[in-house]
Amino acid sequence: MNERVKEKLEILSDAAKYDVSCSSSGSNRKNTKGGLGNSNGVGICHSYTEDGRCVSLLKILLTNHCIFDCAYCVSRRSNDVKRAAFTVQEVVDLTINFYRRNYIEGLFLSSGIFKDVDYTMERLVRIAKELRTKHKFNGYIHLKAIPGASDELIHEAGLYADRLSVNLEIPSEMSLKKVAPEKNYKEVYKPMNYLTGAIQGFKEEKTAIRSTPKFAPAGQSTQMVIGATPENDLTVLNLADNLYQQQQLKRVYYSGYVPISSDNRVPTLKQPPVIRENRLYQADWLMRFYEFKVDEIVNEVHPELDLELDPKAAYALRNPHLFPIDVNNATYHEILRVPGVGVRSAKKIVSARRHGKLRFDNLKKIGVVLKRARFFITCADKEFNLLGKDPLVIRQIFTAPSRQKAGFNQLSLFG
Amino acid sequence: MVLTYDGTFEGLLSAIFETYRLKIAVAEIIPKDEWQNSLFEHPTHVATNEEWAKRVLIGVQKKSSKKATKLLYHCFLSELPGISMLIFDFIKKSVNSNIDITDNFGDDTVLQLHQIKKKIGREVHRMHAFVRFQCTKDDIYYSVIEPDFNVLPLLNDHFEKRYPAQEWLIYDVKRHYGIFYNKDKTEYITFEDDTQLQYRQLNESVLDESEPEYQILWKSYFDNVNIPERRNMKLHLQHVPKRYWKYLSEKRAQF
Repeated sequence: MNERVKEKLEILSDAAKYDVSCSSSGSNRKNTKGGLGNSNGVGICHSYTEDGRCVSLLKILLTNHCIFDCAYCVSRRSNDVKRAAFTVQEVVDLTINFYRRNYIEGLFLSSGIFKDVDYTMERLVRIAKELRTKHKFNGYIHLKAIPGASDELIHEAGLYADRLSVNLEIPSEMSLKKVAPEKNYKEVYKPMNYLTGAIQGFKEEKTAIRSTPKFAPAGQSTQMVIGATPENDLTVLNLADNLYQQQQLKRVYYSGYVPISSDNRVPTLKQPPVIRENRLYQADWLMRFYEFKVDEIVNEVHPELDLELDPKAAYALRNPHLFPIDVNNATYHEILRVPGVGVRSAKKIVSARRHGKLRFDNLKKIGVVLKRARFFITCADKEFNLLGKDPLVIRQIFTAPSRQKAGFNQLSLFG
Repeated sequence: MVLTYDGTFEGLLSAIFETYRLKIAVAEIIPKDEWQNSLFEHPTHVATNEEWAKRVLIGVQKKSSKKATKLLYHCFLSELPGISMLIFDFIKKSVNSNIDITDNFGDDTVLQLHQIKKKIGREVHRMHAFVRFQCTKDDIYYSVIEPDFNVLPLLNDHFEKRYPAQEWLIYDVKRHYGIFYNKDKTEYITFEDDTQLQYRQLNESVLDESEPEYQILWKSYFDNVNIPERRNMKLHLQHVPKRYWKYLSEKRAQF
């Protein structure tokens, strides 16, 4: 047993765990002859940690030696922690052998900055290259694009990785400078902009020339730490919306700040802001899958998400004049906006009503959460006498304490 | 009248064909093994007829769609009590309808089948996730499972695509058969004596010498990516129900 590798793995997985990105989906890499692995549209979560997060990729740092001193980060220069560094070969071995045993979907590789930015980026790229070319590895690879890295290295990374991510870390530049003196938005946006352009370029070329190689087929993502700095939800979600629209990001991750240090540049929290984080994800989902515009979720009048209500219910209660809607002839877009109706239910409703008018019972069986939806819809047989109730009353029903078991403060997505 | 069949999908379809051929009304169609003797009924056994089975499938496909035949096959693998009759119901409704009924979620039979298929799909996905291979001395990657439903026939495609260059074996210890891939194609296999496979962990003497190391490394990785400040066992259990823990080497208490 190589004790040294085990110790390194302990240190460098522990340091990587605060990056919340876990997805292994959205790529389309087929296996090659004699190769190992593939990654198709759906991701697979191979396990779940006791904090309820999925384990899909081998998520490690190449090293936690770092020349930067970012207050929110456990690996910052001034923090007194054990340091370690993997060799290229060790990372390759772990990835291949974990993958062969069906433990993981692939590798998520990040790193502290040692020596300088390009030196670090070059190492990350080398590992991805070795996996792809020498070991014919076709599983998922997520690489960090290090802010400030040169375009050439970012380009090469895109040729081997499925997804690249540059973390914004803090939702405003002013706060970022306060907590991470060596970082700025310019350096973060530089690789991000390059990737946006390159991904777009390769895609266009691919439609013309089929043999064009893949370039980061699962796109790019980013992460923001929530609760370490004073930005409100309006700022956070506007920034996220901007990243989705302008940079065509696939995902923005929100990481509730886990008080990992006693650094006086960041607040001391008793507990990570898990409910706020959950509400942000719900809002994010509304923007990406429910055809919501960002200003329908948060705006100048309501700059913060309601912690007691999911953002869709909050929207419905703020706009009582839009409801009820009739599920038998409303558009898909309108049905999506009903609290208690998910994407799947909405699709089923649209598909099933072609065979006949839908009744209360049908909706129930389709999977609509009528406990919530009943306030906002009509169907063939029931007028729902509860309708017309004051939004304030509905709000009380939705947030009644009996719904939440004492002791649990994290809600499931759109439960 | 009660019809029995040999427990295969083709057998069920043959029995259904028989109801049309003889124009009989049946009270029940049931696998032979599940039939419990009754004083008043003497079931008629229908032998499997590949030709008939094919004709039923083609009929369903014509009336409804290819999606419908897939739906029926997946639901059949659930082995749930009453699944035979549900499939029969669907076929009757399909035959009597002029349009594809596969997405008529307002219909009870259709909806029930879709719900069962969803369960099957979930189990398949869980097997994709929770199968853990152990490498043996002769380089076969080996895994033992006991899924809730008979999903083994739905697993080979995924694992063939993922591991085309390694030999692997997945054995269903509950249903006493497995699939073995020899780098070329997948075959069904049965071991005459699979009692020792009841122990999910293979004996160290047959394992590759590096195998225990990787299991320890994986367990240590798993323990270290957890963030104790965010502990949420309710969510954890929702994702990994306890009955699946037996598959997962990282959930074993010790080595």
